[in-house]
Amino acid sequence: MKEIILCKYGEIALKGLNRSTFESVMQKNIKQRLKELGEISYSRSQSTLYVEPEESVDIDEVIDRLRKVYGIVKLCRAKKVDKSMEGVLSEETTEYLREALENAKTFKVNAKRSDKHFPLKSPEICREMGHVICERFPHLTVDVHEPDVTVIVEIRETNAFVHAGAIEGAGGIPIGTSGRALLLLSGGIDSPVAGCMIAKRGATVQAVHFEAPPYTSERARQKVERLAEIMAGYCGDIKFHCVPFTKIQEAIRDSCKEEYFTIIMRRLMMEIAVKIAEKEDCQCLVTGESLGQVASQTMYAMVCTDAVSTLPVFRPCIGMDKSEIVEISRKIDTFETSIEPYEDCCTVFTPKHPKTRPTLADVEKEQGRFDFSEMVETAVNNTNTYYIKNS
Amino acid sequence: MIYLDNAATTAVCDEAVKAANEGFECFGNPSSLHGAGLKAENIIRNARGEIARALGVKDKEITFTSCATESSNTVIFGAAKAGGKRRKKIITTTIEHPSVAEPIKALEEHGFEVVRVSPDENGVITPEMITSQVDKNTLLVSVMHANNETGYILPVQQIFKAVKRISPETLTHCDCVQSFMKLPFKAKDIGADFISISGHKLHAPKGIGALYIKSGVHLPSFILGGGQEGGMRSGTENVALINAFAAAVGKLSPIVVQRYETVSALKSKLALALSGKEGIRIHSGEDCSPYVISIGVERIKSETMLHFLESRDIYVSSGSACSKGKKSGVLSELRIPDRYLDSTIRVSLCAENTAEDIDAFAAALLEGQANLAKMK
Repeated sequence: MKEIILCKYGEIALKGLNRSTFESVMQKNIKQRLKELGEISYSRSQSTLYVEPEESVDIDEVIDRLRKVYGIVKLCRAKKVDKSMEGVLSEETTEYLREALENAKTFKVNAKRSDKHFPLKSPEICREMGHVICERFPHLTVDVHEPDVTVIVEIRETNAFVHAGAIEGAGGIPIGTSGRALLLLSGGIDSPVAGCMIAKRGATVQAVHFEAPPYTSERARQKVERLAEIMAGYCGDIKFHCVPFTKIQEAIRDSCKEEYFTIIMRRLMMEIAVKIAEKEDCQCLVTGESLGQVASQTMYAMVCTDAVSTLPVFRPCIGMDKSEIVEISRKIDTFETSIEPYEDCCTVFTPKHPKTRPTLADVEKEQGRFDFSEMVETAVNNTNTYYIKNS
Repeated sequence: MIYLDNAATTAVCDEAVKAANEGFECFGNPSSLHGAGLKAENIIRNARGEIARALGVKDKEITFTSCATESSNTVIFGAAKAGGKRRKKIITTTIEHPSVAEPIKALEEHGFEVVRVSPDENGVITPEMITSQVDKNTLLVSVMHANNETGYILPVQQIFKAVKRISPETLTHCDCVQSFMKLPFKAKDIGADFISISGHKLHAPKGIGALYIKSGVHLPSFILGGGQEGGMRSGTENVALINAFAAAVGKLSPIVVQRYETVSALKSKLALALSGKEGIRIHSGEDCSPYVISIGVERIKSETMLHFLESRDIYVSSGSACSKGKKSGVLSELRIPDRYLDSTIRVSLCAENTAEDIDAFAAALLEGQANLAKMK
């Protein structure tokens, strides 16, 4: 049976004169995510984008993908019927609801009549529909307060739509409406969460990863690529920059005091990231840092790292507890991959007692023992860039 | 490629590949009554005979399984089911492979008393340390033959004999995965009721193992169905892999001693190349299996050294590959000094390795030691 999916947007509807730009970007994003699934037609009206797949298309897969598209607040999988009471009350319509209704004990009907020319008013539509359902499914009783199933009848411009409730969408605003962001992706739990959070606010996400073989392994890089692949389900294809970082780490190790290793390493990562971001015309850097989580994530340390960045550094997880970050990572399904036990930020180089309250002057002085500029340049030039697609 | 990770798995030998192909071609179901079935059944019969001969046991005492993990699980859970109502004590060591340690831990959670004997300060387990724990209430004693991380050989013969003297009803199990077709022995030298062995450690493919069950010893079955493998393990037999397993055993069995000597010479060569080098310690002594050599390089993280060697096309393992980078509890149990626990790699040999392989490895190890960043 042919079904239609109503994608409802929340915030975009309030965008005033820019609204149609937001809408068309979102439609483009949706088309892009669904394109290999088959013949699907699209239309828009009244704060809703209609996705109408041909019968041969796997509609469960369509729904799965749409649930990851930012900008959609709610999804309704509905039956499209003639805009008449005959259409709404037909056997075919109630058959469509059979699966939901058979497994329920109580129900109610809600009607939304956005076309005010429709002859019946909302309470009348509810009454008639409720009556028909009671007749055809005699085991059901009406419960208007806590029903097992809410049947919704929407009378809209061209058609009427009947469905058994909405599914939660990903929320946010469409990717591509807020600029480009470069995410520092480590392989831990936090950075994929930070990436998806910034994407949710409309940013196009690229990722930069630092690898240091033989201190980090091929498996560690593959793990990060798998994380990016999962993120791509939400963020779209991700441009991935893999930076060779071994030489720099060895130089830090050889030239600087141990307690400053991490902070200097992060400054150099930031410096490289800024250079890549400028090349890629990104407007910000994004990290997964959460205030006070580890020594390099104190406010003092952030002062020192941000000093090398000419771009704003956004940290969407900054005010979140680990448990809250984990909750999101489970939701976006990166958690299980994040906790695979491969070395990521080279524990060989982690100092036993890192500085938690470094001052910028001390850090600059310590970093000044070695001229990293040539190494940074080489790392940027030897960066391997490729696209990671959602599989 | 210089492959020095033969305790993780081995290259499949030509004989095994050929035998597997024969098995694939002979696609009949061994349980079918017609000629095609009979052909397959005969392959399995011959294979069982080959492995039984290599262990010096009767054909019917060999049950094919999917791997040694399955073999050991069958023994441990089977013993608990058979005698666990009356006898509640299980004795094992702290250096067993997870395929033995984990099922025993699961039984402990179900109320069994588990005694895990830890090596003494020299890293040695003596028969007395085990037997002093055995009493009439002991259900099972499970002790491995050769340890997978250092090659340490346990005195299993004395252990199992003494166990039976004290408590004839106590069941005995030996994990021989790292010793079968490597150290010259027959089942009677071990003296255990059950022996677990695996195909892929001896140049047969992965996915095939066997369990020796001494005749007269009852072990209940968990996989019920068509009654294959004498009812011990139902499920249509994997004819191809069984045939490959037997072919590998058939090839190695007559030359176990010869191969042992080849590998011993390689180990001596390596020991010589690394002797007297500052910061390098070979944990596997003279009394260990020459097939496994545990080497500590002070202050170089195992994984770093492993990837460095990989960049030289040399493949070794950090700790044990089964634990994928997890810190090895076994090494500290074997009293390897603390400063080496994070910085130990495992070299494991086969007789196909050459003197040049050892030279290349030793040179690369020293190069890595000189150039890699060190832990503080």
